[in-house]
Amino acid sequence: MAAITETVLGVFAHVDTTVRALEELKSKGYHDLTVYTPVPVHEIEDVLERDRPVSPVRLFTLIGGLTGTASGFFLTIWSAMQWGLITGGKPVASIPPYVVIAFELTILFGGVATLLGMVVLARLPRLRPSPTFDPRFTNDRFGVAVHCAAERSASVRQILTAAGAEEVKA
Amino acid sequence: MSVVDHREPTYADVNRDVLRTLQPPGNLYFAWMCLVGLILTCGILAWTWQIYVGMGAAGKRTPQMWAMYITTFVFWIGIGHAGTLISAILYLFRARWRTSIYRAAEAMTIFAVMTAGLFPLIHAGRMWFAYFLLPYANQRYLWPNFRSPLVWDVFAISTYLSISTVFFIVGLVPDVAALRDASTGWRRRVFAMLSLGWEGSDGQWRHYRRAYGLLAALATPLVLSVHSVVSWDFAMALVPGWHSTLFAPFFVDGAIFSGFAMVLILILPMRHFFGLHAYIQEKHLDAMGKLILVTGLVLTYFYACEAFTSWYSGDHFERASLFWKVTKSYAWALWLMYFCNCVSPLILFWKKARTSPFALYVVSILVLIGMWFERFNIIVPSLGHDFYPYTWGIYVPSLTDTTIVIGSFAWFFILFLGFIKLMPSLSVVEVKETMPAPMKDHGHGRHH
Repeated sequence: MAAITETVLGVFAHVDTTVRALEELKSKGYHDLTVYTPVPVHEIEDVLERDRPVSPVRLFTLIGGLTGTASGFFLTIWSAMQWGLITGGKPVASIPPYVVIAFELTILFGGVATLLGMVVLARLPRLRPSPTFDPRFTNDRFGVAVHCAAERSASVRQILTAAGAEEVKA
Repeated sequence: MSVVDHREPTYADVNRDVLRTLQPPGNLYFAWMCLVGLILTCGILAWTWQIYVGMGAAGKRTPQMWAMYITTFVFWIGIGHAGTLISAILYLFRARWRTSIYRAAEAMTIFAVMTAGLFPLIHAGRMWFAYFLLPYANQRYLWPNFRSPLVWDVFAISTYLSISTVFFIVGLVPDVAALRDASTGWRRRVFAMLSLGWEGSDGQWRHYRRAYGLLAALATPLVLSVHSVVSWDFAMALVPGWHSTLFAPFFVDGAIFSGFAMVLILILPMRHFFGLHAYIQEKHLDAMGKLILVTGLVLTYFYACEAFTSWYSGDHFERASLFWKVTKSYAWALWLMYFCNCVSPLILFWKKARTSPFALYVVSILVLIGMWFERFNIIVPSLGHDFYPYTWGIYVPSLTDTTIVIGSFAWFFILFLGFIKLMPSLSVVEVKETMPAPMKDHGHGRHH
C-alpha cells in the first residue's frame, strides 16, 4: 500500500460514459473504486461484480430461516410436552398443525435476519456522509471515486475526463 | 387520454415530482382529514361505550358471536393482500407495471393489517387482556394450544405485519435518501435520520438488491399463507358452510380481488390530485383492471364449486345451510354479493372500462361492498343455521358495532392520508429503474 493515498471523484451524467470509465480504470489496474448511482444499474453492476463473490446476505437469510423453523417446532412440541394431555386420541406432539407455526416463524426470522444482514453488510446506519458523496448521486448523476496513490492521481483524472466525466475533483 | 404524455420523464423529473407530492396540503386535504377524523371519533366513542356497557352493546348474542367484528377483520386482512402481492410476487415475476403503484399499495397493506388487528381486540371485549394471545405459559404452566387455528392466526397475522413492514422500510431507504438530498430544514434532518445515511454506493446497492430479492422470495409464500390460515379459522370447524377444503384458495383469491379494488380506490384520487399521470398511466390501470377481472372470474368459479359441493355432498345440513342462505333471511346479502363480485367486474372485459377511472372506481366500490358481504355471508348465516334448530338465530347489527366498523374505515383512511403527505407515495428508485437509463451515445438509451 502506498503511504499517501488520494481520492479522485468523477461525476457522470450517463451510464455508458460511467461504464467506459470503469472498464478503463479496471484495465489500468485501479480496483479500489466506489461507484455511486441513483438506481442499481445492470451495466455498472456487470463491470463491478465480475471479480466479486455474491453478497453474503443470503447466509443471514438461510440461518435466520432455519432458526425460525427449529424454534417453531421446538416451541410447539416442547410446550405440548410440558403438560402431556391427550385430547381426541391424537399424539401429544402432533406435527401437522405445528407446521403452520414453524412456517410462520421461518418467514419471520428469515426476513428479520435478511434486514439485519443488509444493515450490517452495507454498513448502515452511516452517521455522517462519506467525503466523496455528493447529493446529486441520489438524483440523476453517477459518481466514480477512485482511491489511488497520490502520484497516480493525474493519470486517474485523465482517464475520467477522457471517458466523458462532467466534472472531476479530488 | 392522459394529459402529460408528451415527453418521457427524466431522472430529475421523478425527484421533483415526488417531492411535489409532499408540499403543504391545501384546504381540500384538510377538509377530508376533518371528515375522516370526525368519523373516527364516532368510532372511538362507540368503542368506549361498548367497553363501558359490555358486549351486549354490540348486539352480540348466540349463535352469531362472530358477526360484525370478525366479518370486518377478515375483510381488512383481505385488503392487506394486494400490497405484498404487488411488491413481492409481481417483483419476482418482473412485472414492470408494479413500480409506480407498489409504494402506495404497501402502505395500504400495513394500514389495512393494522386496522384488522384492532378487531380481535374489539371483538374480545376486555382488550386489556390482549396479551393472552402471546405464546407464553399462564400461571398454571399451561401453554396455548398450538393445534388451534386461532393461535395459528396470531402467528400468521403478526408475521405478515412484521414482514410487510420490513419490506416497506427497506424499499423506503433509498427513496428517503433521495428526498433528503432534495429538501431543506427540518424535513432534511428527519429524512436524513430515516434514510440511515444511505448513499447509493456500489457496496450498498450490492447487498440491498440481494436482500430485497430474498425478502420478496420470503414474502411470496407468506402472502398465500396468511389468508389460508385465516380461512382455516372457519374451515377447521364443523359448521355447515365452513367445513371445506376449498376455503384456503377461495379466501386468497377473494383477498387479492378486494385488495386490488382498494388499491384503485386509493391510487385514482392520488393520481388525479398529485398529477401523476406520467407515472400511473393507462396501462397501469389496464393491468389492475385485468387482475380484478381475472380474480373475479376465479371467485365466481369458487362460488359455483361451493354451491355444487354442498349439493353434491348429499349432506342434509350442508344442503339446508345453502338453501337457507339462498332463499331466507339473509338472501338479499347473498345475492348482493353475487352481483357485486361476479357480475359487476364483467364490465372490465372492455378495454374502455379498464382505462376509465370512473368505471374502475365504481367497480372497485362495488367489489369492496361485495367482498365485505362475502365474509358476512360466510359468518352470519352459517352460524345462524347449523345442526340444531334450537340454536338457530338471526343477527341484527346494533348502532354501536356499525359505528365501530365505519370508524375502522376512517382509521384506515386517516393513516393513508397522513402517509401520502409525509412519505414518498411513489417509489423514486423503482420508477427510475423502469425508465430508459441516460445514455450519451445510443440516442434513446436502454429499454427494458
